[in-house]
Amino acid sequence: MNQLRQKQEEPLLALNHISFRYPAKKDEITALRSLSFTVETGEFLCVLGPSGCGKSTLLRMIAGFLKPTQGEIRMDGRRIQGPDWHRGVIFQAPTLYSWLNVRENIAFGLKMRKTAKDEIRNVTQSYIERVGLKGFETKKPYELSGGMKQRVSLARALVNQPDLLLMDEPLGALDALTRQDMQALVRKIWHETGNTVLLVTHDVDEALALGTRIMVLSSRPGRILNEFYPDFTRRFLSGDGEEVQYLPEYLAMRREIMKEMIRESGPAE
Amino acid sequence: MFEKVLTFGTIAVILALWFAVTGLQLVDPKLVPSPQSVWTAFLDIAQNGYRNRTLFQHIGASLGRLIAAFLLAAAAAVPLGLASGFNAKIRAVLEPVIEFYRPLPPLAYYTILVLWLGIGDQSKIALLLLACFAPVYVSCVAAVIKINQDYLNCAYAVGAGRWQVFLHVVFPACLPDVLTGLRTALGVGYTTLVSAEMVAATSGLGWMVLDASRLLRSDITFLGIIIMGITGVLMDRGLRLLERRLVPWKGKE
Ligand SMILES: Nc1ncnc2c1ncn2[C@@H]1O[C@H](COP(=O)(O)OP(=O)(O)OP(=O)(O)O)[C@@H](O)[C@H]1O
Ligand SMILES: [Mg+2]
Repeated sequence: MNQLRQKQEEPLLALNHISFRYPAKKDEITALRSLSFTVETGEFLCVLGPSGCGKSTLLRMIAGFLKPTQGEIRMDGRRIQGPDWHRGVIFQAPTLYSWLNVRENIAFGLKMRKTAKDEIRNVTQSYIERVGLKGFETKKPYELSGGMKQRVSLARALVNQPDLLLMDEPLGALDALTRQDMQALVRKIWHETGNTVLLVTHDVDEALALGTRIMVLSSRPGRILNEFYPDFTRRFLSGDGEEVQYLPEYLAMRREIMKEMIRESGPAE
Repeated sequence: MFEKVLTFGTIAVILALWFAVTGLQLVDPKLVPSPQSVWTAFLDIAQNGYRNRTLFQHIGASLGRLIAAFLLAAAAAVPLGLASGFNAKIRAVLEPVIEFYRPLPPLAYYTILVLWLGIGDQSKIALLLLACFAPVYVSCVAAVIKINQDYLNCAYAVGAGRWQVFLHVVFPACLPDVLTGLRTALGVGYTTLVSAEMVAATSGLGWMVLDASRLLRSDITFLGIIIMGITGVLMDRGLRLLERRLVPWKGKE
């Protein structure tokens, strides 16, 4: 798909004055109001913001699970009407199917779309190896650790070769070391596949270590407070390792972002 | 392991009390027959039958009705219940009917069924079918409604259609609750069966128990009750075994 798309001015993803309100008994909850931005092919966009500002709501609208109350979201110029396998989704709590083993979970999308058996086997196996699950193919999800489960979730989304990968705090529940491993994996896969990624996180370091663009949202209803364009993820890729986190420019940007976030979540004026 | 000891201990205590109470002739044997006389009754009926039918024909008559009705009810209630949970329109059609008849005592409409279908097996199977249907239907609807919406979303997001989601996600996700519903239904069906046989029948465990008590054969009445209890437990065990085979992930998610 990536190659097929003609070079045009059209961005991969375009949100145009998106609002979302949750119906409630008394007042409606306005999760997002008039949010607009675009995402270009190949970007790794990290969305940061205080809890409850509407990040998950935003991601669910882009995935097609929720319809914006106002405004429209376009991907490749076409309006998003519902879920579509060109957009892969990964949640914080892995939603793997307990009745399927690792391989069957990963192959699920291909099978549903009636891909040829040989192809399913080959593609699935290659992603199993890519995310480091070799030897675990026939395990059931409840036999895996949290980190392993997220590897399965990742592979399950990736086998469909989506144009856009949407991740909602996928590493939030993992311990620090596992999280670092998984970050390296996500980064490597993003780099190898040339995927476009939108990742919601509340971890500034994760955003800096992965993103090529960081969007900081205000508290509810979420507005874009500021955007940053780090390039530390490429330096991680070129093998600079953990040292990157101590670079003055890294620390300076981190401070900027933190300032933005603390100002927002601090005591109300 | 210790729980097993407790279970067998309880059974042993009850048996011992029974032996003691009857052995010391504390009560009239017409009210509480001795274990020995129940055992004798068992040997007698097993060999000579009770009122023209062997014991196994009575048991077979009861279980045949129950199993036929149970299978029919499961075959109808599982798909309808899951579909009702998945699709609000189907639920809107079916739910009022089931809500209405579910709280009715089965014997209340049994007389109508007997009028319509006669006193034979058909009316009994229809009665049991209705009795088993409701608990399965209700647990299926509840199971679908409580599925984490993201399980379905994730399936749609990798290209599954609505029908595929129903078959490959909704059905297996609900399987643990469906099986629990089936166990409840089997229990409800069994109690209903015995009452139905007590109202109108010429065979079956329920009928045997009632008929024997009319003839003041309390040994046979006791025997019938014990057999009913044991078969009930065995059937439930069977379903639990099936559960362990079919949903090994239950309680591990
Ligand atoms: N189903 C719902 N019904 C009503 N209100 C909701 C619903 N889901 C979320 N909200 C509200 O909408 C707002 C945005 O929720 P959302 O889940 O998008 O926040 P978030 O930024 O993802 O938060 P977090 O970082 O804690 O995950 C919150 O204030 C929440 O209370
Ligand atoms: Mg969230």
